[in-house]
Amino acid sequence: MSARQRARLAIDIGGTFTDVALEKSGGELVTAKTLTTPRAPEEGVINGVREALAKANAAPSDIGVIIHGTTLATNALIEKRGAKTALLTTEGHRDALEMAYENRFEQYDVMIDRPPPLVPRWLRLPVRERLNARGEALIALDEASVSATIAALESEKVESVAIGFLHSYANPDHERRAGEIVSQALPGVSVSLSSEVAPEIREYERQTTTVANAYVRPLMERYLRALEKAFSERGFACPFLLVTSGGGLCTVETAAKFPIRLVESGPAGGAVLAAAIAKRLDLAELLSFDMGGTTAKMCLIDAFEPASARVFEIDRSYRFKKGSGMPVRIPVIELVEIGAGGGSIAHVDALKRIEVGPESAGADPGPASYGKGGVRPTVTDADVVAGRIIPEAFAGGSIALDVNAARSAMERDVGASLGLDADGAAFGVSEMVDENMAAAARAHAVEQGKDIRRRAMIAFGGAAPLHAARLAEKLGLDRIIVPEGAGVGSAIGFLLAPASYEIIRSLPMRLDQLDAGRADALLDELRAEAESVVRAADPEARLIETRSAFMRYVGQGYEIPTPIEAKIDAPVLRAAFENAYHALYGRIIPGMAIEILSWSLRVSASAPPSAKIDPPSARRMAKATTVREVFDAGGAQRLSYGVYERSALAPGDWTTGPALIVESQTTTVVTASFDAAIDNARNIILTRKANA
Amino acid sequence: MSAVDQIRLQLLWARLIAIVEEQAQTLMRTAFSATVREAGDLSAGVFDTKGRMLAQAVTGTPGHVNAMAASVGFFLKKFPIESMAEGDVLVTNDPWEGTGHLNDFTVVTPVFRDGKAVALFAATSHIADVGGLGFGPDARQVFEEGLLVPISHLFKRGEANATLIEIVRANVRDPRAAEGDLYSLAACNEAGAARLLETLDEFDLGGLDDVGAMIIENSRAAMLDEVRKVPFGSYDYSMRIDGYDDPVDLVVNVLVGESGVDVDFAGTSAISSHGVNVPLTYTQAYASFGVRCVIGNMVPNNAGSLGVVRVTAPEGSILNAPRPCAVSARHTVGQMLPDVVLGALSKAIPDRTPAEGASCLYLPVLLGGRGIGGGDEFIVNPFYTGGAGARPGKDGLSCTAFPSGVRNTPVEINEAAAPIIIWKKEYRPDSGGAGRLRGGLGQTLEFAHARGDAFAVSKMFDRIKHPARGRDGGHDGGKGAARLDDDAPMRGMGREVVPAGRRLIVETPGGGGIGDPADRDPERVKEDVRAGFVSIKAAKSAYKAK
Repeated sequence: MSARQRARLAIDIGGTFTDVALEKSGGELVTAKTLTTPRAPEEGVINGVREALAKANAAPSDIGVIIHGTTLATNALIEKRGAKTALLTTEGHRDALEMAYENRFEQYDVMIDRPPPLVPRWLRLPVRERLNARGEALIALDEASVSATIAALESEKVESVAIGFLHSYANPDHERRAGEIVSQALPGVSVSLSSEVAPEIREYERQTTTVANAYVRPLMERYLRALEKAFSERGFACPFLLVTSGGGLCTVETAAKFPIRLVESGPAGGAVLAAAIAKRLDLAELLSFDMGGTTAKMCLIDAFEPASARVFEIDRSYRFKKGSGMPVRIPVIELVEIGAGGGSIAHVDALKRIEVGPESAGADPGPASYGKGGVRPTVTDADVVAGRIIPEAFAGGSIALDVNAARSAMERDVGASLGLDADGAAFGVSEMVDENMAAAARAHAVEQGKDIRRRAMIAFGGAAPLHAARLAEKLGLDRIIVPEGAGVGSAIGFLLAPASYEIIRSLPMRLDQLDAGRADALLDELRAEAESVVRAADPEARLIETRSAFMRYVGQGYEIPTPIEAKIDAPVLRAAFENAYHALYGRIIPGMAIEILSWSLRVSASAPPSAKIDPPSARRMAKATTVREVFDAGGAQRLSYGVYERSALAPGDWTTGPALIVESQTTTVVTASFDAAIDNARNIILTRKANA
Repeated sequence: MSAVDQIRLQLLWARLIAIVEEQAQTLMRTAFSATVREAGDLSAGVFDTKGRMLAQAVTGTPGHVNAMAASVGFFLKKFPIESMAEGDVLVTNDPWEGTGHLNDFTVVTPVFRDGKAVALFAATSHIADVGGLGFGPDARQVFEEGLLVPISHLFKRGEANATLIEIVRANVRDPRAAEGDLYSLAACNEAGAARLLETLDEFDLGGLDDVGAMIIENSRAAMLDEVRKVPFGSYDYSMRIDGYDDPVDLVVNVLVGESGVDVDFAGTSAISSHGVNVPLTYTQAYASFGVRCVIGNMVPNNAGSLGVVRVTAPEGSILNAPRPCAVSARHTVGQMLPDVVLGALSKAIPDRTPAEGASCLYLPVLLGGRGIGGGDEFIVNPFYTGGAGARPGKDGLSCTAFPSGVRNTPVEINEAAAPIIIWKKEYRPDSGGAGRLRGGLGQTLEFAHARGDAFAVSKMFDRIKHPARGRDGGHDGGKGAARLDDDAPMRGMGREVVPAGRRLIVETPGGGGIGDPADRDPERVKEDVRAGFVSIKAAKSAYKAK
């Protein structure tokens, strides 16, 4: 039996919970949620796996593949728990890592600080060598100057070394040789080369990426090996694959070498899930909306592919503000994240405006209504006051919500200074958080040169189904899908991710001086490298190759990805670039010279064909179990909402808003302007009423 | 007002801010000029029909803060709102009615709903070339600096003004980029207008009167509250900088009182013979930014908050330079103004104000080819920063733009774009002014032609003779410098040639320190020495380290 036909296991380690999803060979899904064990994360994993196996009545030998995504690398970077790391740089350029962009990310605050570099200046050691932009040596590598760093590396007890020389994307020889010298002298020290980790032009970003990789590498290597051992000791004999930030899978070997590629794998899983559902429902333009306790994440999915980017900022420490984090250049799923979640705290600012987030009450002390010590009003409290959350049904009844605590927090911290009662304050708080998310979604679409309207929305994560309908009203969207099992959405997404690997390398050239031979040779190298990674993870699958050139008009600041669909040829590339440019910016610049900075190649295993799901055929009007007064934000008044149990609804059932559809992890709010129906895959489909 | 109405106004305010951010984003994505795209050298805002600004995008340049707001007033003076028609788009790059030099074009678009004007959108962006001598301080009158477009129609009732576009195209070095940038300004206003109309439909409103009144009143009140937390008084300060040839004294009086902050530059030096003069709107922008970055910095920019800070400068001074003074490099003086204002405010709120910093960006224009050193023609204009002043409780930021918000260009990108090798780009040890709190460090740069040919450099460097000063016993920051690698000195301003085989060395200034260096925590001194930010010699002499 091939791996695809046997049971498959996915594990997502998050900050609080470790989620496990087990897909049995027949396609049936079993899930488990256990607490994350930060000191030895493999323990939490093993607990969750044991629970899932028991539920599924399966043995380790039944499992065909284990797929794992983790935030451990990200957390180590945020909490500064990585290895003692040094950086070897080109002489005269040891400060690029710290100078960064030489800017401030917040114009009006003179007290801001940029995140400190992971390698302090005394561990940034100059090496005598110099390449030019074509990769030619202006100064040959002075091996003695590399050897001269060894004593410092030794005496400082450096565990990991990053090497980032100028223009090494164009010629890796100096970095490789320097790496050999370090490895020979210090065999226990791990070495990361910028020409391997992120072979792209722009020295600061290449160095931060390489340094971040070096910083988490010893820790991740130890963890992955420990986990691999734990699995094999427990009788698992199947392949063990890791989820990357780009939403693909790779082997432990690759992950241990390039652990920086594992950051953001959780959100990537969510986007993969949304894309897979989009494909089954045949939705070509989609907005995925994931709202949890602290943040909301939104991603645009076109033609069933999540939008991708090649730079990601870790730890935006200043109110999630762009530029306040550490940029790393890796293939990543492009999403916008703002500080808007169920736990986001509301207050009134000096301008008498209601502000929500980014500060969050988290799970501890939590919203005021949890009664666990939290006294400040949160988005969840607003949902409780408005009646959208049924206190006795919350979290399957496991947390008894205190409505009065929510009301008084709302009145005190928001209502008092604005002359509003608890209802009015709760209305303001939920409207403001929905407005913030709508603004972020619109701005994200504008940045991508895309239109937000006409899209369908997929909502998952604990708080998303509560806010999806109102958000859709604000964005002018007509259809919302709330999938089943959305509480462990990322882990389910992992099960759907293909083995894949993408490499980007810079080889700048002007289009009017295109050297197709060199470009082809470079792409051949990238293909061989990417194929070997994907083959290791999935030996049998048919492979799909996607190539892009990163191009711009000469003199512009950044490049746009341009698909290469045929052989490399200047007129074809020009046409493809002009197409892509027009799609983003609405016009082209005829006659302006064009240049290519970088080339990328992605190899992925082709996904098995997925069964299409028909639109719901509304056959039976479902019967409400009860009726409840809920504040409807669109009409700004209390309305009678019918209440339904999701578990009692079957495919073909439908109802009309206003309604609440309740399940243990969340509640789907069907506002007065939507109808809701259940499709054959048990998704809730919200459709806007004709006249609404 | 009912609770629902009140919340709707709040939402509408939040929406207006989102709309202008979207407008700015559209401009940033479609602009041709690298400084707009990379550095955010643009602004965008929405105004009521009386010309009062209701919201402005937060972008990379304080130089536009209220310059653009004032500019809309000039547009309305020439073309009153009643005279405007649907489809009209107006434009100017007049330094005195826009944002201070010819490179900045401002475009204003009225928005109509049911045939009635309900709002105006305005946007400003930097166009790389406007003809004339090119970007630099060497002109003696504005006429030498390029083409000036007085306030005129870019579109009239939807029809493009073909004559105007033809004139612009005929007068600039890169006509495609200039035309493209004008259209992208019009397009971003259009995007804002479309979103505003959708929003008015969604909220079922005929106009912006109610929300405008609330925005202006709440912002004004919040800003006044912040001002009233500052000890009232009259605070003086002055600072001498290099200028083009003669030193320039920037003299200020900041009056903090019940009704706001009045900033007056009486006593400031007279106009310069070259292009470092500052039109009043640009002076107002940077002076006002100096106040706003420490008083009420969470209050958004609009007519309400901006009206609380009033800025004046005597006509004929370098900060209120009349026509036809040359103004192209007005940023070299304008970017110094926050230091002057903060210096005055440091006497009232020392716990919030930093010491003087490098402030003026170093923007060398490097060019080569025919007529200079031979070989391929090239021109690159990278920007580099110096050290910021020490802050209350914190050291100054090393190599960080302030007050400008631009980003640098990577060494690798510059070397790929032009036959230039940047042999060195590193912190300058000991350039941060010593102090209990140390000033930020500047940097040393070393440039050579890749083939050893001669090349030219156009310089706009200040603080070579007059450093950023320390405060309360803190030492001055290191002075800037420009020279050849054989130690032949160069001027700070203007164009000079680097002979074949020579390298150009540029040192950016450091920030001033705060407090007696001997009082600095010895641990911090040790760390600075370990990092090489401070030499052992300076640790002993300035910090009295053992």
